[in-house]
Amino acid sequence: MHPVRKKRMITIGVILVLLSAAIGLVMFALSQNINLFYSPTQIAKGEAPQQVTIRAGGMVVDGSVERQSETLDVAFAVTDYQHQLRIEYRGILPDLFREGQGIVAQGKLDQRGVLIASEVLAKHDEEYMPPEVTEALEQSKQASAQP
Amino acid sequence: MMFPEIGHFALMLALMFALALAVVPLLGYVRHNAILLASAKPLTYVMTALTGLSFVILAVAFAQDDFSVLYVSQHSNSLLPIWYKLSAVWGGHEGSLLLWVTILVAWASAVAYKSDSLPNSTGPVVLGVLGIVATGFLSFILFTSSPFIRVLPDQPMDGVDLNPLLQDIGLIVHPPMLYMGYVGFSVAFAFAIAALITGNLNASWARWARPWTNVSWAFLTLGIALGSWWAYYELGWGGWWFWDPVENASLMPWLAGTALVHSLAVTEKRGVFKSWTVLLAIFTFSLSLLGTFLVRSGVLTSVHAFAADPTRGVFILALLVIIIGSSLLLYAVRAQAVKSSASFGLSGRESWLLINNILLTVLTLTVLLGTLYPLIFDAFGLGKISVGAPYFNAVFGPIALLLIVFMGIGPVAKWHRTQGKLLWRKAWLSALLSVVLAALVFTFHEFDALMWASFAIALWLVLMCVRDYWDKVRTARQSMWQRARQLPRSYYGMQLAHIGVAVTLIGVIFVSMNSTETIVRMAPGDRVNVGNYEFEFTGTRHVEGPNYSADMAVINVYQADQLVTQMLPQKRLYKARQQMMTEAALHPGFTRDLYVSLGEPLADDAWGVRIYIKSFVRWIWLGAILMTIGGLVAAWDKRYRRKTGA
Repeated sequence: MHPVRKKRMITIGVILVLLSAAIGLVMFALSQNINLFYSPTQIAKGEAPQQVTIRAGGMVVDGSVERQSETLDVAFAVTDYQHQLRIEYRGILPDLFREGQGIVAQGKLDQRGVLIASEVLAKHDEEYMPPEVTEALEQSKQASAQP
Repeated sequence: MMFPEIGHFALMLALMFALALAVVPLLGYVRHNAILLASAKPLTYVMTALTGLSFVILAVAFAQDDFSVLYVSQHSNSLLPIWYKLSAVWGGHEGSLLLWVTILVAWASAVAYKSDSLPNSTGPVVLGVLGIVATGFLSFILFTSSPFIRVLPDQPMDGVDLNPLLQDIGLIVHPPMLYMGYVGFSVAFAFAIAALITGNLNASWARWARPWTNVSWAFLTLGIALGSWWAYYELGWGGWWFWDPVENASLMPWLAGTALVHSLAVTEKRGVFKSWTVLLAIFTFSLSLLGTFLVRSGVLTSVHAFAADPTRGVFILALLVIIIGSSLLLYAVRAQAVKSSASFGLSGRESWLLINNILLTVLTLTVLLGTLYPLIFDAFGLGKISVGAPYFNAVFGPIALLLIVFMGIGPVAKWHRTQGKLLWRKAWLSALLSVVLAALVFTFHEFDALMWASFAIALWLVLMCVRDYWDKVRTARQSMWQRARQLPRSYYGMQLAHIGVAVTLIGVIFVSMNSTETIVRMAPGDRVNVGNYEFEFTGTRHVEGPNYSADMAVINVYQADQLVTQMLPQKRLYKARQQMMTEAALHPGFTRDLYVSLGEPLADDAWGVRIYIKSFVRWIWLGAILMTIGGLVAAWDKRYRRKTGA
């Protein structure tokens, strides 16, 4: 083969091998690590899978926060004003966690339909609302407008 | 006071001058009109002065508590300490955009100041391109997000206060450094576009673009490191990188910029990769713009997202599409004109740097995909998803490690052709030593194959840097000292930056492998053992700050019954916003940090407490500082001072 062409072939070959390895890695990692968001209504209807890491969120219901006195266990409910979802968590809640605030939790649903959260996210700007929660609230508003 | 109106007016005038700068010099280039071309420099200076004036006026409005200005009243408070008042200028959307533009025009002026040594019409065309970008962003500010809007006649008595998270030294310096980097890539971009327009892309082009790119890269590195450092101690959960979309937004231009720094080197030294370098310069700046879009539009869930406003998102998306689209179109039409004439050998340093570029590009794309995947998913109506940190760790880690392996080889390879024997001679000892040393270290620690390999790779990189330096200074004719002084600064810069990467990698390995994290409930008098330390919670007391009140815990730390330090973490309530804030207590050290932060108050005066021992966490930022210095040292190489045409 012509040396210039040979060189080009090798270069392209190396690029292709590296790229396909990277794409394979990306596809695998993506298939393992994406977390779908479900609203309390979707979960109440049983649309969310159990024992799979998902995200869920809504407004923290007033007066729903229960703390254990001896451990760091805490439980609370979130709502999209249609249904409520109970969330249990062990650890320290973020500073902006408050009743009436929009939050997103990541975790797994158990058989009781309770979300066992591994992470609770409240955002760092009070005016800011997680887009997922905003949309879930809007959908539930529309759903209640047309019974 | 009329000041805010003057600031607004100055900004409008700046837009007019930016518009003139965007049109006149390019017209001069087309018409071969020397007078029009010569207007580029004065136009740039006036634009910069006007933008700078409006920036200063905004800062004055903050310093004087002028709450009749909406932006000031939303981001400041009369009780706020003065330095936070000044940094609050970029504490919100409008002001941070003004900072963006101010830095852009400052870069443009720096280019104008240095442009005398540029060949004939290149300088004015470069300035013209920067003028186009400035026009876009100045009109964005004026049409959608002016910081000078007044609330009259019912002006508030006091401001809402700056977000407590931003009341911190890290956040005073983080945005300016980050923007210096982000926006600095606009210079490389402008050079690339100018090269496409004039069709004049030779080695001196690359020599011109290199120092600017190096300096921007150095600032961006520092900015990212500051952000990571800030997140570590201020968010109160001790992580140093979260793969948050906005962090990714700054990482992507950094990765592409790193590739650009290297491909520019090849283009300058060997005259190859020309069109690729131009494309990369366009991509790097496009990613900076994309980052700005992601942060400012609130399309992604992120700790940084400001309350979203759809018009702003649409405007900046349009700007993004216009700038990126037209540059790529120009590239498609004109890239033929800048085709490389030289060729390169398969085993030469060119090839190793090509691998560097491929890997960095792949890294950029994987981060881009992970960041935008939720948007794509949503756009196709497949549901709302988030891509978690495990994705990024799984993909980024292996590719980055592979890249670092090649980092050891690239600098010792010869241009054009490297003999296998030479590579083997230079590399075998380092390879052997790194594997053995890493194994030795791991006899003290639970074995983990990935960590062991990562550590060996970090050692390999350091050893190869040392080996290369040793070979370069050890010559027969001169003393080592003389020889060391003769090596160019760009070489020292490269070595520093590469060693910085190894230092950061070592920090990352140890912090993820050797750290201890405990979250416990502690009542006064409780003691808990974490690692080799014993933490005693003696109780909390009330303290008052200038604009907050806080509960401060007093925690004594003992090692072998000796008092090491007293740590005072706080839980603050910022009064104006009624917002809670965790202020972690740190006891930093070269090989470990002690980190304590308060959770929530529980029954019986007890508190939830996080106690972390972070191994080698300082090394992560130490490495970044080395990279920053390396980038700056390389940019100050004597070679760039010479006039072109030599």
